[in-house]
Amino acid sequence: MKVLLFGPLRDAAGWRERTISSPPLSLAALKASLARDDAALREALDRPGVQAAVNKAIVRGDVSLAPDAEVAFLPPMSGG
Amino acid sequence: MTVRLQSDPFAPGDLLAAFCQGRRDVGAVVSFTGLVRADDDTVQALELEAYPGFTDQEIGRIADAAALRYGLIDVLIVHRVGRLLPGDPIVFVATAAAHRRAAFEAADQLMDYLKSRAPFWKKSVEVSGARWIEPRSEDYQDAQRWDDAPAQEA
Repeated sequence: MKVLLFGPLRDAAGWRERTISSPPLSLAALKASLARDDAALREALDRPGVQAAVNKAIVRGDVSLAPDAEVAFLPPMSGG
Repeated sequence: MTVRLQSDPFAPGDLLAAFCQGRRDVGAVVSFTGLVRADDDTVQALELEAYPGFTDQEIGRIADAAALRYGLIDVLIVHRVGRLLPGDPIVFVATAAAHRRAAFEAADQLMDYLKSRAPFWKKSVEVSGARWIEPRSEDYQDAQRWDDAPAQEA
């Protein structure tokens, strides 16, 4: 599973892309595991307006994740 | 219909000339070029981040909807990503239609979308440090103008 962070989330975590070898089964579980390891990232993920995309499509609420999913966390978009 | 994100600079005149080339059914081409603006001397650079494969797909969806709504014959959107300096062209939009009204309105709407809702993350590098930029409320209001408006006659 590939995890991508954008904008302020990337700054908070200090990384942009990570491959997870034992991937969680749901978006909520993935978020929990990312948050557990990193307090700054946890706080940034909890800010209002942060969305998630699975395989480049926005999802709402919790969804199950395939082991080869690409999951991106997207802070509020600024426009160009 | 073309949407391109690129870190290399572009020449707006060259893009426009190529876009106009060899058209027989087009009566109107409208183009817009946005430059990086430094409101004062504190802004040193902009860093624009996109999600390749997602950002271009989302912009393409909006461009397709605008093409349908205004009956456009073609659309070109080029957007820079990465580090940009004040004065650099950052966005280019061209719309081609049979008549001018559709081309004007579509370009206006596409720019309002690009400035407020397109999936970019923008960092302003200033003398005092770097900060992430949120869209201005005017940009949201500009974008909302189009949400319920009926399509115009071409």
